[in-house]
Amino acid sequence: MTPVAITMMIIAIVTVWGGLALSLLNLKRHPEDEGALPEEHAPEL
Amino acid sequence: MSSQSSPGKAAPLKRETFSSRRLFILSAIGSAVGLGNIWRFPYIAYDNGGGAFLIPYLVALLTAGIPLLFLDYAVGHKFRGSAPLAYRRLHRAAEPLGWWQVLVCFVIAAYYAVIIAWSLMYTIFSFTEAWGDDAEGFFFGNFLGVAEAPGLGFDFVPSVFFPLLLIWAAVILIMVAGIRKGISRANAVLLPLLVAMFVLLVIQALFLPGAAQGLNAFFTPDWSALADPSVWAAAYGHIFFSLSVGYGIMVTYSSYLKRRTDLTGSGMVVAFSNSGFEILAGIGVFAALGFMAQAAGTGVNEVVTQGIGLAFVAFPTIVSQAPFGAVMGVLFFGSLVFAGVTSLISVLEVIVAAVQDKLGWGRVKASLVVSILVAVVSLGLFPTATGLYLLDTSDAFVNSFGITLGALVTVVVLAWFLRRLPLLSVHLNRVSTVKMRGTWMVLVSVVVPLALIYMVANEFISKISTPYEGYPGWFVGVFGWGMAGGLVVLALVLTLIPWSRTSKANHDPEYDSLVEREAKETAL
Repeated sequence: MTPVAITMMIIAIVTVWGGLALSLLNLKRHPEDEGALPEEHAPEL
Repeated sequence: MSSQSSPGKAAPLKRETFSSRRLFILSAIGSAVGLGNIWRFPYIAYDNGGGAFLIPYLVALLTAGIPLLFLDYAVGHKFRGSAPLAYRRLHRAAEPLGWWQVLVCFVIAAYYAVIIAWSLMYTIFSFTEAWGDDAEGFFFGNFLGVAEAPGLGFDFVPSVFFPLLLIWAAVILIMVAGIRKGISRANAVLLPLLVAMFVLLVIQALFLPGAAQGLNAFFTPDWSALADPSVWAAAYGHIFFSLSVGYGIMVTYSSYLKRRTDLTGSGMVVAFSNSGFEILAGIGVFAALGFMAQAAGTGVNEVVTQGIGLAFVAFPTIVSQAPFGAVMGVLFFGSLVFAGVTSLISVLEVIVAAVQDKLGWGRVKASLVVSILVAVVSLGLFPTATGLYLLDTSDAFVNSFGITLGALVTVVVLAWFLRRLPLLSVHLNRVSTVKMRGTWMVLVSVVVPLALIYMVANEFISKISTPYEGYPGWFVGVFGWGMAGGLVVLALVLTLIPWSRTSKANHDPEYDSLVEREAKETAL
């Protein structure tokens, strides 16, 4: 492959897969709040 | 737990939910990753500047794709209903938007299943290389038996009809099983399988002679493309279709999320997974095309193609020539089947959820009636000698004047007429980690509509100036323009049909208590 094509390939992979890695990391740092389902908190029913 | 039965009225069933955030994310990725990621993105990127396309692509993703995805999430999650019910709860006058999206999904589901059926057959054909040394003649002639001229015929092609029947049977089983046992499970199995198979396919393709030439063609940037407005339009257009936004899917899926879910954090994962898969597909497809060009002794530009031509003409040729070609064929066509099925069930769910809400039907009844109805239309119209013309025409028109125009009208109505973006922004920020405020509202109310107007206008001009694909006027008139216009009329008719007395629109204590709680939380 030519150097310019390799460079663009690396940039594409880093930005898109890097974005995915960052968004996964962000989600991991904020674990799911298991409570607060509406059906569990509807005393009026 | 609402175990006590409320007096007078039978307690309506609770809305189904995804049992975890992970399963929602998997299902949303399964929906977004479809045939387009594999057979459309690589060509679009190559054709619009190669490596330079990354810039308009990322800009379109961040300024239009993700904002629109969050709009869908906010509507579905806040108003907790199928597309028609969610838009109705947003404002009574917005209900037809939901029905329009439901009808678009009906058309898409009917023809999308057909392509999955072809892919299923080609997975089997890969073992024997049934196409011999003429992949093109085999596909259009022997396999599809395409008629000379477009029309509406009932000259059935058994080699398509029976695999299509099988696909529909499998999909109906998934739909009847519901969100947790059907859709979640199917995605939890098929999506990892799809990724694994596709990664193997890419690795195999990278080891083929000529792969480097293919990647050169794909990634070498043509910077002058950045000055071309049509390249930017292509980027926005591709992002819209790729993320499955604007036609009810994400509204429907997010309505099954639990209340306190990180909407934007999850959405970021979905959006970047979808793009990540596209980049992977670009690498795999162009490595394979590089091999094909080398084997034919031509340049890569001589062999590039997209869509049906890529999947059913170029790839069979590659399978015949490559070492371990059968393996490659199974991986490629199997990927198409899995990517297609996970998208098809999300499209069908839009219709099933809407029928459930409007008529107050249970899961099993609604999913059986809807899926069988779509299956009958699909099986009746498409596995015929003229089916390819019909598929091509309905695909082109439903994309332009169903999805794109529909998304434009929805965004304009929500942002400019009903002015609901501040309300939806508050909802997004209630529990989400990535906050959506002023910038998001500007993107949704200005950038997204401008991009959509440009696309719709372009499509309108090109389709009105020359008859689509040179097909006969009556054919394009009925199945193109007529179908697209018919969807709008039918959406209005469906809105006029009253909601069932047992429907959630009239009696939904679960939703009412939620609105009450949110009002309290806001007041605090």
